[in-house]
Amino acid sequence: MNMIQAINSALDIVMGRDPDIVVLGEDVGYFGGVFKATEGLQARHGKARVFDTPISECGIIGVAVGMATYGLRPVPEIQFADYIYPALDQLVSEAARLRYRSAGEYTAPITVRTPFGGGIFGGQTHSQSPEGIFTHVAGLKTVIPSNPYDAKGLLIAAIEDNDPVIFFEPKRIYNGPFDGHYDRPVTPWSKHPQSAVPEDYYRIPLGQAKVVREGEAVTLLCYGTMVHVALGVAEETGADVEIIDLRTLVPLDIATIEESVRKTGRCIVLHEATRTGGFGAELAALVQERCFYALEAPVERVTGWDTPYPHSLEWAYFPGPVRLTQALKRVMES
Amino acid sequence: MAEPRPPRNLPPLSLHVPEPRFRPGDAVDFAQFDRGAAGAVARPDTAVAAADIRDLPYALIRVLDDEGRAKGPWDPRLDPDRLRAMLRHMALTRAFDDRMYRAQRQGKTSFYMKCTGEEATSVGAAHALDQEDMCFPSYRQQGLLIARGWPIGDMMCQIYSNSGDRLKGRQMPIMYSAREAGFFSISGNLATQYPQAVGFAMASAAKGDSRIAASWVGEGSTAEGDFHSACTFASVYRAPVILNIINNQWAISSFSGFAGAEATTFAARAIGYGIAGLRVDGNDILAVYAATLWAAERARGNFGPTIIEHFTYRAEGHSTSDDPSKYRSADERAAWPLGDPVARLKQHLIGLSEWDEERHAAMDREVAEHVRDEGRKAEALGTLHDGLSQPFTTMFEDVFEEQPWHLKEQSEQMQAERKAAGI
Repeated sequence: MNMIQAINSALDIVMGRDPDIVVLGEDVGYFGGVFKATEGLQARHGKARVFDTPISECGIIGVAVGMATYGLRPVPEIQFADYIYPALDQLVSEAARLRYRSAGEYTAPITVRTPFGGGIFGGQTHSQSPEGIFTHVAGLKTVIPSNPYDAKGLLIAAIEDNDPVIFFEPKRIYNGPFDGHYDRPVTPWSKHPQSAVPEDYYRIPLGQAKVVREGEAVTLLCYGTMVHVALGVAEETGADVEIIDLRTLVPLDIATIEESVRKTGRCIVLHEATRTGGFGAELAALVQERCFYALEAPVERVTGWDTPYPHSLEWAYFPGPVRLTQALKRVMES
Repeated sequence: MAEPRPPRNLPPLSLHVPEPRFRPGDAVDFAQFDRGAAGAVARPDTAVAAADIRDLPYALIRVLDDEGRAKGPWDPRLDPDRLRAMLRHMALTRAFDDRMYRAQRQGKTSFYMKCTGEEATSVGAAHALDQEDMCFPSYRQQGLLIARGWPIGDMMCQIYSNSGDRLKGRQMPIMYSAREAGFFSISGNLATQYPQAVGFAMASAAKGDSRIAASWVGEGSTAEGDFHSACTFASVYRAPVILNIINNQWAISSFSGFAGAEATTFAARAIGYGIAGLRVDGNDILAVYAATLWAAERARGNFGPTIIEHFTYRAEGHSTSDDPSKYRSADERAAWPLGDPVARLKQHLIGLSEWDEERHAAMDREVAEHVRDEGRKAEALGTLHDGLSQPFTTMFEDVFEEQPWHLKEQSEQMQAERKAAGI
């Protein structure tokens, strides 16, 4: 399976198990979603459970919160993460805080699926990585898979979770892992071991990172598309890099991070989002607070620049192999 | 500062900034306001197509005339017991407001909001809805909880953030949550409850349930995007929902003109969405009841949503933090052409020989005593003035269903710091 198929499979399976799960969003019904993630779901589960919505992100999330109040478990789709801002108030002030402000009387177990990230010539309105905005909000969980196997297991766990979850789908790797070399052809997922996705139900618990490559010299913290950039650079440079795919930013698997940094003594955080106030800043601060005496070099951040995502210049923005290789060199030499 | 462009052979454009008719010190004259006559507006069948009642959003549904007589097709013909219950719920709401307003002035809590003059809009609606129907209120619908029989002591504990506050002292006063009463948790962010009510109604319909939803916003909040998202969704899916707009004329100091009232009515917002729209005299509880019942029957019959504009007047300030004498004429309240909802229902009941001044005075004493007794009990559990009433570690609860490591650590850090500081 590719990542889209894995997500589709997850939705299909949970909808079959729980009649309270509903899917809503722009174009998700008859058409099956612009990325085809919801294809066939309406035919199988009916129009009352999989339906198109008006183009109103505020309405989609607001309605989902109300449906959750009734007792449903909505899985709204925001077509591109760049469009999530009109829904921000419903996510931040409503879904995230409902349990807290009502002392548990009401909860909003909604899972917002949204494709995010660049590398697809989407310009500044189809390329953003707004995860840092959501990790900053108390009460929201943030999940980002990096391969089809994880996407299915994490999405099932997210939908079954009783808290609101933002599930960011790295759209650059929907069809195959991307190592950041934009001028090379991408190998489809079908030739990748993580495309061996079981047809049946399984979950990957939220809050558990995965060491995707073991190493002794430096720890690389990353998620989504960047996992594959990190793996590519490790392969190319032959550096003894330990790569951790965080998979869930909130709740974060701090134990795995600490263990790795204590072992390697060096740490690089890697993400596509803009740098200032990004999740990399949180990771760097946590590593500094908890592993300071184990560190042999300053924690380095490799991120997108603090600019809107540019269209024709996107490869100069994208934190690809060139930027990561040089950061690796700096960290190893210090 | 932009420089003026060189003149062309065209008249200069001008910007219209609305201004209310009366400012402090102005004499008030509502002679131009067309109330229409009680009983004059037709009552269509609840299955009517929205397109066939496009005149209703511009009319004003009134049942009680100036002598307190019920007139016309919207007269809900309620039995006297029901009328007396509604009167008592309005009186209790008013007494509760007065007590809690004073409590705020005495420093027992940080904030309060009265609904004086608007009691009918909540109490009337609550009586017309089924107890099972779900309410997504704004912050001035305490009458819903009171009419649904929710203990006012519980509401007071919330206002005092004391040890009896089920919300663990987290919410601003008056931001109640009462799931058992079908009362959604109040948000301070305006109009967010509107799409949520539509979502609840959609879920109920998708499940083949019979419960409907209702929501309330102030007229000022109709300018929020959520309002329009909610109307679009309600229209598209024919959600069984009642979307109430409480037009009390003032959004803090901004008069209704800043939400578009100079150009049209708020009920007429319904027309563009293909939704049924009613405009009612919000100070006439029989009109509020009748309109709500009509909309509820329409929703239950799968004929779609209804927008109801309740034309009323915010007799007091926006909140305890507000001084309306700074921005509106003090005469407005007295000159308000639709009167006072409590006085009007009282007059109606007396006209029916089902009530009298003695009983009314006795009821006022009874509700005041009830509020005082409940107030004492609530204050015995603490007031905001007394400081922390909840164990402070509860601050870290309910952020998520299960407490993650970072909140556990922060809770432990806080406990350690307090201990070290000798607190």
